[in-house]
Amino acid sequence: MARVLMKGNEAIALAAIKGGVDAFYGYPITPQNEIPEYLSKHLLANGKVFLQSESEVSAINMVYGAAGAGKRVMTSSSSPGIALKQEGISYIAAAELPCVIVSVMRGGPGLGGIQPSQADYYQATRGGGNGDYQLIVYAPESIQEAVDVMKDSFNIADYYRNPVMVLVDGLIGQMMESVDFDYPVKERKLPEKDWATNGIINHPGRRNVANSLYLDPALLEQHNFKLQAKYNQIKKNETRFELVNFDNPEYVIVAYGTMARICRSAIEMLKKDGIEVGMIRPITLFPYPEKAFDQIPKKAKGILTCELSMGQMLDDVLIANNGRHKVGFFGRTGGMVPDPEEIVDAIKSFNERVVK
Amino acid sequence: MDTKNIKVAGFGGQGVMMFGQILAYSATKDEINGLWFPSYGPETRGGTANCSVIVSEKQINSPVFKNADHLIAFNLPSLDKFKDHIVENGLILYNSSLVEEKINQEGAVVVGVPVNDIATELGNLKVANMVMMGAYLELTHLFSDETIEAIVKKILGEKKANLFEINKQALDAGKDYVRKLGVNYA
Repeated sequence: MARVLMKGNEAIALAAIKGGVDAFYGYPITPQNEIPEYLSKHLLANGKVFLQSESEVSAINMVYGAAGAGKRVMTSSSSPGIALKQEGISYIAAAELPCVIVSVMRGGPGLGGIQPSQADYYQATRGGGNGDYQLIVYAPESIQEAVDVMKDSFNIADYYRNPVMVLVDGLIGQMMESVDFDYPVKERKLPEKDWATNGIINHPGRRNVANSLYLDPALLEQHNFKLQAKYNQIKKNETRFELVNFDNPEYVIVAYGTMARICRSAIEMLKKDGIEVGMIRPITLFPYPEKAFDQIPKKAKGILTCELSMGQMLDDVLIANNGRHKVGFFGRTGGMVPDPEEIVDAIKSFNERVVK
Repeated sequence: MDTKNIKVAGFGGQGVMMFGQILAYSATKDEINGLWFPSYGPETRGGTANCSVIVSEKQINSPVFKNADHLIAFNLPSLDKFKDHIVENGLILYNSSLVEEKINQEGAVVVGVPVNDIATELGNLKVANMVMMGAYLELTHLFSDETIEAIVKKILGEKKANLFEINKQALDAGKDYVRKLGVNYA
């Protein structure tokens, strides 16, 4: 297949099909509706499951059930919808079931608005659900990267028996770009799903249970140790980031998703003004690419965190920086998207933006 | 081709989004990069609609831009809203059927084309956007006739294949109009 022009949401949906999705459960919300729309057309026609549930809570619990049965399952939603799904997400993570959750962020809090935002970084990486759990969170910056990540996401979820979240903003969902679906996916040797609760006929003599309830605290602690060991494995193996213009940067921007692309243009503009600015672009938000910060030259004047929020990834930047450099922040929120000139100005007024 | 940032704006229903998409589809067909981004939300219903298009031989970075290289305005509110956000020596192409006053913008090449009148003469107001497309391509030479026509054919599909002829006439009429004006942009 040659490159095609496709809307982000539809490309994500097609990539999910290429990634082998068996079932989709969801409830409509702007700006991600083209995902279920596309899947409703193409999943049912191919003998797969598409179901529009009566609510987000219902959808995520259907994901829980179908994932428990060993199927490749996904849901998609946007900010307030993802908020409603948090209980189910925590249960799925606790029961160590694989699934893929697409989150197309819009302005918040509350019902907020429908324009692009990155204000759900906490929601994705700190969880709205209870307990010590983590999602594997990908934050692609383009439709191409969203497609590549999406195709791979079911393998990653199956490999680690963990929910994967693909986190984009409404702009990536709504825009169209030239995209190629043929880039190969990394080969992974996937374990048998011998844990699947798919009927005793499929695992004679063994009772499979998908569960998140451990009333014995000693057992629950052991379960948490096991989960933590898995998260450490994920940190070791799956951390992804890109360094942009990192030869000898005077300043370093940290940005992901759409904001990273805006910063790429700003970096080119600043180069023309004789200011060399590098960028750390996290591709995974959990695991966070803390090691990338070791590559910032000692004499760099500072780190500017740029987000479509009031400063959420900023926490992880401060943790990863560990007091080494001055850290500043630039953010637009509520659906406002800055042009590259605003980032240029933010770098030039860096000292005013340092987080005290 | 250098990166071109293009803003297309007008009333909902004037084919503004389609105009932008045809450019992005053409870029993809010509194996360069195309990006199309709509203003989405409540303002598109009955009100003004706009979209941004970026075409480039290089990787497209920021999907948003402050100043456009080219503005295509299908009505006066769109012209007023975006005409100050044009790069030096940029192009402003507007629908002079709906904009009566003479438009001047310092530092920009401004061309008015009565696309509604020309489309009505052809017998279908709906092809006004294709008249504009013809004028735009005559000025910028961004894409060949073959590319654009292939994309228009693809969008029309088999069901509306009979509409290709009038769309082709509209493209040609837009080109002719600009040729007669004798404006040279590219």
